[in-house]
Amino acid sequence: MLKQRGAALPDGWSKPMSRIELRNVNKFFGDVVAVRDFNLEIEDKEFLVLLGPSGCGKSTALRLIAGLEEPTSGEIIIGDDVVNDVEAKNRDIAMVFQSYALYPHMTVRRNIEVPLKTRKIPKRERDELIAEAARWLDLEPLLNRRPAELSGGQRQRVALARAIVRRPRAFLMDEPLSNLDAKLRVKTRAELVSMHRELARTFVYVTHDQVEAMTMATRIAVINDGALQQVGPPQSVYERPANTFVAQFIGSPPMNVVRGTLVRDGEAFAIDVPGGRIPLPPSLGPTAAAASRADLLVGVRPEHLSFDGGPVRAQVRVVESLGHERHVICDLSPDEFAIVRLAADEPAPSVGDTVGLTAHPEHIHLFNPETTERVS
Amino acid sequence: MATNVPAPRRRPFRWQRVATEAAQYLALTVAAAVILGPVYITVIYSLQPVEKIFSYPPQLYVTDPQWDSYKRAFETGSLGRYLINSFVVSLAITAGQVTTSVLAAYAFAFLRFPFRNLLFVVFLATLMVPWEVTIIPNYQTISTLGWLDSYQGLIVPFLATAFGTFLLRQAFLTVPRDLRDAAAMDGYGHIGFMLQVAVPLSRAAVGALAVFSFLMAWNQYLWPLLITNEDEHRTVQIGLKALVSANIDEFNLVMAGTVIAAAPILALLVLFQKQLIRGLTSGAIKG
Ligand SMILES: Nc1ncnc2c1ncn2[C@@H]1O[C@H](COP(=O)(O)OP(=O)(O)OP(=O)(O)O)[C@@H](O)[C@H]1O
Ligand SMILES: [Mg+2]
Repeated sequence: MLKQRGAALPDGWSKPMSRIELRNVNKFFGDVVAVRDFNLEIEDKEFLVLLGPSGCGKSTALRLIAGLEEPTSGEIIIGDDVVNDVEAKNRDIAMVFQSYALYPHMTVRRNIEVPLKTRKIPKRERDELIAEAARWLDLEPLLNRRPAELSGGQRQRVALARAIVRRPRAFLMDEPLSNLDAKLRVKTRAELVSMHRELARTFVYVTHDQVEAMTMATRIAVINDGALQQVGPPQSVYERPANTFVAQFIGSPPMNVVRGTLVRDGEAFAIDVPGGRIPLPPSLGPTAAAASRADLLVGVRPEHLSFDGGPVRAQVRVVESLGHERHVICDLSPDEFAIVRLAADEPAPSVGDTVGLTAHPEHIHLFNPETTERVS
Repeated sequence: MATNVPAPRRRPFRWQRVATEAAQYLALTVAAAVILGPVYITVIYSLQPVEKIFSYPPQLYVTDPQWDSYKRAFETGSLGRYLINSFVVSLAITAGQVTTSVLAAYAFAFLRFPFRNLLFVVFLATLMVPWEVTIIPNYQTISTLGWLDSYQGLIVPFLATAFGTFLLRQAFLTVPRDLRDAAAMDGYGHIGFMLQVAVPLSRAAVGALAVFSFLMAWNQYLWPLLITNEDEHRTVQIGLKALVSANIDEFNLVMAGTVIAAAPILALLVLFQKQLIRGLTSGAIKG
């Protein structure tokens, strides 16, 4: 794919800004709220990933941008224009579907040609554009085949070619990798990233796979239950999740979150959790105290816990080995547990051992138990 | 203890299957004989001299085929004119039914408008009204329009069909939503999507409808009889009836005329039988 890497982009790629904005957008399907009061600004040439669990409204948000759904309320802005009343085909945006949505009765060439033909581009120019897209995506030998005669990966490239060929100002992709096998997915992931760099266009990409989101996005927008939870660069979403949902949705295994009580421990602050007391670093104590409530949710990622005879006592229930790492599941109390992630070469305790856990102080997250919002 | 020995079960099972299949084939053979018998006899009679047809016992095979009867039937019955009329009328009705059904089915399948489902039910309800019930009002309409003895009169009352609309709507509904969305992004309008995507993807159903419409139109009898009085616009089924009344003593001619009138239909069925079956069942299987 993208054989001509580094080659100058062909004419026609200089386009107006393609900033995309959703302003107070709601979308209801009867009683179902698919998208709830969305406010999202997508910068020009950004690779924004909409990430969330199944049914959270990612596809609906994307379809609203595409013009395939009409918002129940709110405004959708592309460039400088409110496009609520602009038809999908006139928004100058291309979309790649999870099912690829190729026309089964047309050859690859005709599939790629459709968006050019409907835009009344003359035959000669069409042929050039198709040839170019085919070259980019390595489809030249396949142009006369039908979709049924292609592998999943090849179909996916045809879908991309059909999107690229008309040089839209933005690309929308709805889980385009989910029908590929694991190996091809990794490869295509990297190719999409370089495609984004070379095309210099806005990408809005929907997935429920946090690895895809973390590896490809310039920014991630985490969605749950139709509502935007947090928007930010992958690393900052990972490091400072805005609430317990984001904290537990991003990262694998998920962040440990247990109930705790804030206590004063001499000069410093600490937090009592099942199994012991976690001292808080000076940076965290006062903010927690300022939240003016004693009960809190304490979050620590599995990689930020270690077995070094620390203050929290726990009993090892299961040790899972994944080859490159191990997950140790420890009971803190009859109904609270924590997962500890160890590198494969680190010594692991045995099942049944009583251990002392330490939470790395700079990686402790505190959340309000009522709102689940981040406190610190 | 040994109440449940598995081994002997296999034998009766296999015999049962053979017996079932044999019964099925027997039933199919009987059905084929019942349906093809008259066709066979018609062909046989058309090729024999009249004396032989009425001889006893009847001869059920041909020894000396008299092809001449076809030529004479064609000429004495002026079947040429009637055949042309039948072709004109049937082709026009077929084209009309396919066109109106595609359009109506597209609306019911892809467009959103108020009372869509109610309207569709009303559409379907017209399937329950037998044609004979509407024949008098239709006759009055056609006669008021001055369309008696005209091609319009033969064609226009049959230009729309609830059955075709239903058939094509079911086929259109199997077009995946993603494909509709992709088409919207690609810039297809309704007409483009209908002609370039929906119809080609439903070509089995469209083909089946075309064959069905043609068959129905070709085999019409009552309506053409009612509204035509001159040879100029009469169709072949009426011509056949005239041939029968005029040549009742030349039974071989009548039979030859029948074969001529039925030949286009038989050819059509043989050519399109696969398509016909696929088109009528595809919606049912794919859901
Ligand atoms: N056309 C529709 N009619 C009714 N409800 C719908 C429609 N489209 C989506 N929904 C509902 O809206 C909610 C969000 O759907 P959406 O397809 O956006 O989820 P998603 O995040 O893309 O999920 P997935 O990861 O499974 O694709 C769901 O509850 C879904 O049932
Ligand atoms: Mg989806």
